[in-house]
Amino acid sequence: MTWGLVFEQLLNGLQYGVMLFLMAAGLTLVLGIMNMVNLAHGSLYMVGAYLAVALTGWTGNYFAGVALALLGTLLIGMAVEVVALRALYHRDHLDQVLATFGLILFFNELVSMIWGRGAQYASLPGWLQGHIDLFTGSRYPVYRVAILVVGLSTALILWYVVTRTRLGMLVRAGASNRTMVGALGVNIRLLYTVVFGVGAALAGLAGLMAGPIYAVQPGMGELILIQVFVVIVIGGIGSVRGALVGAIIVGVVDTLGRAFLKPLLASVISPPAAEAAGPALASMLIYLLMAVVLAVRPSGLFSSR
Amino acid sequence: MKPRLVLWGLAIALLVALPPLATALEQTYYIDLVRRMLILSIAAISLNLILGYGGLVSFGHAAYLGVGAYSVGIMAFYGVSSGWLQWPLAVGASALVALAIGAVSIRTSGIYFIMITLAFTQMLYYLGISLAEFGGDDGMRLKAKSQFSGLINLGDPVAFYYLALALMLFSVFLVYRIVNSRFGMVLRAAKSNDARTRAIGFSPYFYRLAAFVLAGAMCGLAGALYANHTNYITPGLMSWQQSGDLMFMVILGGMASTAGPVIGTFALLLIEEALKGWTEYWQVVLGPLLVLSVIFFKRGLAGMFYKPDA
Repeated sequence: MTWGLVFEQLLNGLQYGVMLFLMAAGLTLVLGIMNMVNLAHGSLYMVGAYLAVALTGWTGNYFAGVALALLGTLLIGMAVEVVALRALYHRDHLDQVLATFGLILFFNELVSMIWGRGAQYASLPGWLQGHIDLFTGSRYPVYRVAILVVGLSTALILWYVVTRTRLGMLVRAGASNRTMVGALGVNIRLLYTVVFGVGAALAGLAGLMAGPIYAVQPGMGELILIQVFVVIVIGGIGSVRGALVGAIIVGVVDTLGRAFLKPLLASVISPPAAEAAGPALASMLIYLLMAVVLAVRPSGLFSSR
Repeated sequence: MKPRLVLWGLAIALLVALPPLATALEQTYYIDLVRRMLILSIAAISLNLILGYGGLVSFGHAAYLGVGAYSVGIMAFYGVSSGWLQWPLAVGASALVALAIGAVSIRTSGIYFIMITLAFTQMLYYLGISLAEFGGDDGMRLKAKSQFSGLINLGDPVAFYYLALALMLFSVFLVYRIVNSRFGMVLRAAKSNDARTRAIGFSPYFYRLAAFVLAGAMCGLAGALYANHTNYITPGLMSWQQSGDLMFMVILGGMASTAGPVIGTFALLLIEEALKGWTEYWQVVLGPLLVLSVIFFKRGLAGMFYKPDA
């Protein structure tokens, strides 16, 4: 294990972290403002990835494909909100979990009806396929750097919108007291739909960026969704800052755990035992982390309430 | 006689008459199908105890199904095929896991409880995947069905069916007695008003934890049965989709009602079976059906027959 390798894995962890953040930002706002548990957020991630593959192929232009896919996910997200989720805001979490669970089944199956059950190949334009030289002497994919840059700039834009604009003010006010915001004459319904649509587009952005790295296939959204919930619970529900911190922590811990836990364990216990325990422990690491955070701070690191 | 008891009598008579009928009509497939429904009903009944009566929205109840099934599978793997040892161990192991998960989770509430129970079950799911010796991701074949010193032969589909039916009815009875006992009253009181329950001198935590452990143990029994039913044990038993399915069975049938979880399990599996026969993409129909049932069908199927008990 060299420091160069550690640095490289740290970058991978950050890159995974910003993708988790793109998912978590929308979900935490929906949860914080509307008090709505939306399991179907992972489906929007999947829809974003599929739309990007299909539309890039159709237009033949990467940027056009990405832009159309984002627009498409935004519209689908708003449609889902208006058709199905609006009826659920006043229900308890149990009903919301179950109804959005039904939506997941629907979206997964719809995608496999249209594109088949196999994985889709997401291509990249040539200028994103190269590598750059790190100061450690190793080479790092340009595409992962690009994800890092896009993710961090989106975080910056979100921070600006949430803390410095009128819309952001309404969003924050909605998270702390939605009845009062409604009473002050704000069209909270429209605000909900807008926030939901933006959250959907962010999930779509995460999905279409994930496409070329991970497999584009039905059910891809659920794997990341559960980790995103871990992020939100660690960061505190409704807090965008918490989502960012939680996402980076979870991304780095998960990536480093998968890369280094086995060799680390092997130096303590026997290698065959480490061979067996390493991967198991690595996949459980973030859930352990969440249990510890909840035990110490029951409402997360940056709770908005 | 109360109409409710008449309905129960009718349902039981139908279930008892099914194997001879199915054999006579040479449709033995239905014995297998209904046996699966009976076994999963036990899991749903146990979830109803904490979800329906206790108000604990556990999104990880499949964990105990998996722990029960793996207990049986692992013991059979090491050559211990006596059901007298396997089944109590399955129940005990599930109870222990439920105690550990419950002790931490019940301190939280609301969305955090949903997420933390989900997280613990995910941990067990990944543990199952990484157990390479026991099949890992692919799961493992059950080496031999549980043996009950010749008393009952699980290899005989009809005998196994009646065992599952008896255990299912026993679970219904057990939960009914628990819910209507002093213990159950406190549990239901804590669900409807936590602060008042404290004010009259009960600590809801221990009541909830006890119910959580009981439900885990019962679901462990369902897991032991399920391992013998499918002869195959996979980590998928502990997947979050399985937990979601169990929740749906309870909600569809009617939360906090005696017959609800059983009706819900039968209804969900029958709908699945019908849709599977109709199209390969059956979930594209099932998904919206589930959404609609949540939005419009608040009291579940059991609500059509009588008022909920709570």
